[in-house]
Amino acid sequence: MTIAVSTGPGRPATSDRVRRLPEYLAIWVPLLLSAAHLIAFSLWTIWISFTPSTLIPVTGWVGLRNYSAVAASRNWQIALDNLLLFGSAFVLLSLATGLILAILLDQRIRGENVLRSIFLYPLAVSFVVTGTVWSWLLNPGLGIQKLVHDLGWTSFRFDWLIDRDMAIWTIVIAAIWQSSGFAMALFLAGLRSVDADLIKAAQIDGAGPVRMYRRVILPTLWPITITVIVIQLQFAISTFDLVRALTNGGPGIATQLPALVVYDLMFQRSLLGRGAAAAVLMLLLLLAVLLPYAAWRYVQRRRAIHA
Amino acid sequence: MRDRTFAPSRILIYLIVSLIAAAWLAPLAVVVLNSLRSNEEIAQGSMIGWPQHLAWSNYAAAWSGFCVAETCAGIRPYMLNSALVTIPATIFSTLLGAVAGYAVSLWRFRGDSWIYGIVTLGIFLPQQMRLLPWTIVLRDTGLMNTLTGLVLIHTIQGLSFTTLFCRNYYVAIPQELIRAARIDGAGFFRIFWRIILPLSPPILVVTVIWQFTHIWNEFLYGVTFTTGQQQPVTAALIALSAAVADIPQHGVQSAAVMIAALPTLLIYLIGGKYFVRGLTAGAVK
Repeated sequence: MTIAVSTGPGRPATSDRVRRLPEYLAIWVPLLLSAAHLIAFSLWTIWISFTPSTLIPVTGWVGLRNYSAVAASRNWQIALDNLLLFGSAFVLLSLATGLILAILLDQRIRGENVLRSIFLYPLAVSFVVTGTVWSWLLNPGLGIQKLVHDLGWTSFRFDWLIDRDMAIWTIVIAAIWQSSGFAMALFLAGLRSVDADLIKAAQIDGAGPVRMYRRVILPTLWPITITVIVIQLQFAISTFDLVRALTNGGPGIATQLPALVVYDLMFQRSLLGRGAAAAVLMLLLLLAVLLPYAAWRYVQRRRAIHA
Repeated sequence: MRDRTFAPSRILIYLIVSLIAAAWLAPLAVVVLNSLRSNEEIAQGSMIGWPQHLAWSNYAAAWSGFCVAETCAGIRPYMLNSALVTIPATIFSTLLGAVAGYAVSLWRFRGDSWIYGIVTLGIFLPQQMRLLPWTIVLRDTGLMNTLTGLVLIHTIQGLSFTTLFCRNYYVAIPQELIRAARIDGAGFFRIFWRIILPLSPPILVVTVIWQFTHIWNEFLYGVTFTTGQQQPVTAALIALSAAVADIPQHGVQSAAVMIAALPTLLIYLIGGKYFVRGLTAGAVK
């Protein structure tokens, strides 16, 4: 009823529309650009993955041939094996490091702010910088191994960077250094929001600190734990820069990961169809993580509303 | 509840925390120290060591001396490229995200929750799904190998995050405030300017820090869509380590790494609180 006042009788609705045009533009243009590019780009990449495109995108239909070619390639198989190892090792270890750090910082220690800043600063640095620095530290001729040799222990060996079987662990080390602080920050927030009455009740029952953590505090953290796992897995699946800077997929193709295979197929071998198929496979891997998580979040939220 | 006395268990806690903190600081310390050691000094020993004499000249060489590919202008042009991409893209994506977040949270219109849902999917969609389409778009618009092209990409892709951040902040503003302003005859822009924006500084700081850090540190688009003199500094660092693989110059390279990491590190040091808020806000999407 209040809107009618400003429009008034005799003023056609179209002039109101025209007057409000800048408003419509401001609302719709950014949102539509964003939404449209997401949908169109995804559909286009999916479509290309079913075409025989090589150097340039072409029409045509090859069914699942690109997918089977990617899945059968040694590159992709190694990338998947690596992802499985890297993903699980990195997620578990960064989760454990983050939780331990959070519990330690939660003991009302002096300098907590400084310590928290120290564990979080790697997140402000690019993966390229992280990868480059760790490639120096882990290089047997330059870094830790060389230092220990110079100190006199000449039989010391720490040459994972050039060891085909162990090279993937260098990525794990750098990734843990870069993002354990993130898990710590989330866990710390969780620890700080544990119900004080719950802790008091357990204290009255005579629970010691260890029992307190195991029985009372940690069980309240599992929703945060799942969130951290999902975010770290999402990061693991799309890891690219870190490997490029640290090992560049080597030695040989020992540290190949899916994102590197996509890049290699698209821009180095100019096999667009296969590259697109590999990208879609990456998306499916992500969905395998994210869809159960979304379902879980949905159930949690409904439960919270009904409780 | 927990006391501050120095029982043995507390000493142990401090010991463990300090050891881990030292390990976390070690990579930074190594780069800082190496950036002050001459290439010859590093070549004689390892990369881990104390500078015998401070080689400040590494920084001069890294900034404007050494060669990447055929160009010997140091890291300066690439730093400039990164700044020319990051600053506009951060401003555009933050402003557009603030307006979009305001529109979907407080203005409400038909289809708002649908389009918002789609926009936030962009947070999860891997970059690899967008590489080929962006290639086509940049080629057809003539923006391939230009900084403008990267600004366009980061602005549009950044909208997913900026809209999410701002929307989640604005939903806490009472709807009545907007309704009252509308009854008084205020329109979309007036309400945004007079009511929303004055309430926004905290979330705008979080968003700006998040966007700046991410765009500055981005590598994949930079290396895919630009070459040579147009590359951002992340891509240039990789090119540099490939270029000097035969004759390593680790002192100069360390200085280059420090310079490249400095902008985001400084922002983290100054706005750490907001940086962490962005991290956790992004996590609870």
